[in-house]
Amino acid sequence: MDWVVFVISAIAVLAGALGVVTSRNPVHAALSLVLTLFGIAVMFVEQQANFLAVVQVIVYAGAIVVLFLFVIMLLGVDQAEDLEVEPLVGQRPAAVGVGVAGLAALLLPIAFGKWQWLSGQASVAGPAHSGTEPNVNRLANALFTRYLLPFEATSVLLVIAVIGAVVLARRPLHTERQGLTAREEP
Amino acid sequence: MTVPGAWFLTLAAILFVVGAVGLLVRRNVLVMFMCVELMLNAVNLTFVTFARMLDDIGGQVVVFFVLVVAAAEVVVGLGIIVAIFRRRAGATADDISLLRG
Repeated sequence: MDWVVFVISAIAVLAGALGVVTSRNPVHAALSLVLTLFGIAVMFVEQQANFLAVVQVIVYAGAIVVLFLFVIMLLGVDQAEDLEVEPLVGQRPAAVGVGVAGLAALLLPIAFGKWQWLSGQASVAGPAHSGTEPNVNRLANALFTRYLLPFEATSVLLVIAVIGAVVLARRPLHTERQGLTAREEP
Repeated sequence: MTVPGAWFLTLAAILFVVGAVGLLVRRNVLVMFMCVELMLNAVNLTFVTFARMLDDIGGQVVVFFVLVVAAAEVVVGLGIIVAIFRRRAGATADDISLLRG
């Protein structure tokens, strides 16, 4: 049963990822991204990370992809891109070569069963699933005790992001005045 | 019978590489941004898998922080993209080359 779920969600994840990379229309790429994000959420559930699966669907599929689609619609950049033209000669073979080399480097420790080279040892944050406590309680306990300072730092980060977005979206003052005079002149 | 963690790690590695190749190949700025999201999700899947394999909640906490950082990154990045497109519509990553050496 677990294998059936894994295979189906893996196919969804990979199909969505390839759709993002190969689709000519940005709207189709955003919708393929939703497919990938849902597949990842299913995999979170399969590994007992229930809270993160819910947050994944709400934040990623609910907020981030909607933001992408909103920008696409707002700017009207939903015209198809010509994928036949290669901007630099040999860029795509080079990119695929880099990708294959990186994939080999990532898969070698896994293939030899040495995945702990990548992960390191277990930290002191507490067990993830041994015991009877639900997942949300464990996550909250770790987040509000041991990881409290990074948690507060993320709130500062969010405030900075909001201020940055406002500053970026604001029109510069002089162009606003020019627009006014241009409108008044005729 | 649960799926061994190595399968999840393999899938995450493939997903990361697909995102990286997409970032290198595509020229539409929005699609490049989506490829960055793919790579972030691959890393999230790796963290959750390690959290299960090591029986350690720390991996899931890191995923929580990655989600927050990704949200902030998308907000600022899309703000920059909107600011660029307001000046020159239909710009690709190749057109924004003012800082090239």
